[in-house]
Amino acid sequence: MRVSATDLPVLLPYRAPAAIAPSGLAAPMLLGGGTLACFAILFGASLALAQVTARPAGESAATVLLRWAPLIFQGFLFNILISFLSMALGTVVGVLVGIAQVSVVAPVRRTAWGLTQFFRNAPWLVLLFYAMFLLPFEFNVLGLTIAFPAWIKAIIGLALPVAANVSEIVRGGIRSIPSGQWESAESLAFNRRQTMWMIILPQAFKRMIPPWMNLYAILTMATTLISVVGIQDGLTITRAALVAESRPELMIPMYLLLLLMFFAYCYPIARATLSLERRFNVKA
Amino acid sequence: MIAAYFERLNETQGLNFSVFYDAFDQGRFLTGLWTTSYICVVAIIASLALGLLGVWLAGSNSRLARILVRGYVQFFRNTPPLVQLSFFYFAVATLLPTVSDGFGGRSPLVSGTGWAIIAFSLFAGAFNVEIFRAGIEAVPSTTVEAGESLGYTRLQLYIHVVLPLAFRICLPALNNNLINLVKTTTLAYAIGVPELLYAASQIWSESFNVREMMNVLLVTYVLLVAVLVFVMGRWEKTMRIPGYST
Repeated sequence: MRVSATDLPVLLPYRAPAAIAPSGLAAPMLLGGGTLACFAILFGASLALAQVTARPAGESAATVLLRWAPLIFQGFLFNILISFLSMALGTVVGVLVGIAQVSVVAPVRRTAWGLTQFFRNAPWLVLLFYAMFLLPFEFNVLGLTIAFPAWIKAIIGLALPVAANVSEIVRGGIRSIPSGQWESAESLAFNRRQTMWMIILPQAFKRMIPPWMNLYAILTMATTLISVVGIQDGLTITRAALVAESRPELMIPMYLLLLLMFFAYCYPIARATLSLERRFNVKA
Repeated sequence: MIAAYFERLNETQGLNFSVFYDAFDQGRFLTGLWTTSYICVVAIIASLALGLLGVWLAGSNSRLARILVRGYVQFFRNTPPLVQLSFFYFAVATLLPTVSDGFGGRSPLVSGTGWAIIAFSLFAGAFNVEIFRAGIEAVPSTTVEAGESLGYTRLQLYIHVVLPLAFRICLPALNNNLINLVKTTTLAYAIGVPELLYAASQIWSESFNVREMMNVLLVTYVLLVAVLVFVMGRWEKTMRIPGYST
């Protein structure tokens, strides 16, 4: 049989294509290692470049970088601290607003919905400005003066969009529970509060965890915004270090160092989110 | 009429909405609005193109291309956009040559607005790659196999079978990401691009009307996002295939 004489694809010998996922992005294990390797190569290359192009009199690029790294890391830790506090505040407020969003009382539901939509659709930076400029720098409660430093205002400013997003996550989580659960609870004579706390929320909770973690990663990255409103964070310190050294060839390695810190912190969170999503088998 | 009303509001109530009656402030604000819209539109288009290109490369047979796309996506997804923008504007820009600006001076090859567009496109593009990937993976493999068995090449398969279905699946997520992109454009303020937030801050530092401008600004952004949501909603509706739901 002369196979080569035909031009019908079905009659040609079958050659199995290399086994890859439709998009090629599905194999997650290699991902982190590959990206970190890319990062390291980029970082090393930029450092070497800085070393080569540096003026002969100056210190070596690596020495300068090592000198500033602890300070930049401190600034980065401050970012993390801010992210913890805003997330805590935003989550508490957001859960309450989110539960209000599925309330049976129409005005409560509509107000919560409106608040959520408004703060979700406003830019983070604008909300941060809002909090920084419009909150007083001190409170006078019964003759007692409570100072309200800038970083607390920044936490509130970042917590506003977080709360709105958490509210939406909570609403989505509650809505994703099949209505049969509500009905069976009702038939078992649970009242609404009991149904919510004992039946719906425990089930919805695990569905809310992955998007909540995702939001936390987004918030961590957004904490650099506080440098725009004049609070010392990792980015401010990086800039200050560059100004102090006034060596333009150090710019790329220095910024890459800061990027690397954020990457090292956010990437594991992203991975954990994905694996949790897969375990709970929730569609994103 | 409107101008007169807001002027009266300023005199009687002390609410200084200068953008509505002061021609100079209004001009600045509108210029800012124009710049923001310009950045948004160009970055949206570029990020969509990047997303498509990325997902195409990620599915190719070349191992190098796949690793590059993975690295790109993970890098831009897991680092702060503000630091990315600073990195591009302050660090990468110093490597590029300057060009003559025609007046005897030297100006950088890429302006602040240009870097903002580049940084935001790359940032949103990384998310788009992931979104398109999710959409493509959600297309049933039997559909793809059916196309393959009909002798479609990979490109034909993408154009005629996979992408039309995947696009409808990922529209809601895409919607979210593009809204996010519009909100991210405020970061251009940090590198001095005269966009909406920058214009507003100039106005409030000169007219001392922080509270009023802040509210105008918030409402403007919410309206901008609402326009995008409306357009995307209409698009989603016209693209819907009757009887096909995801």
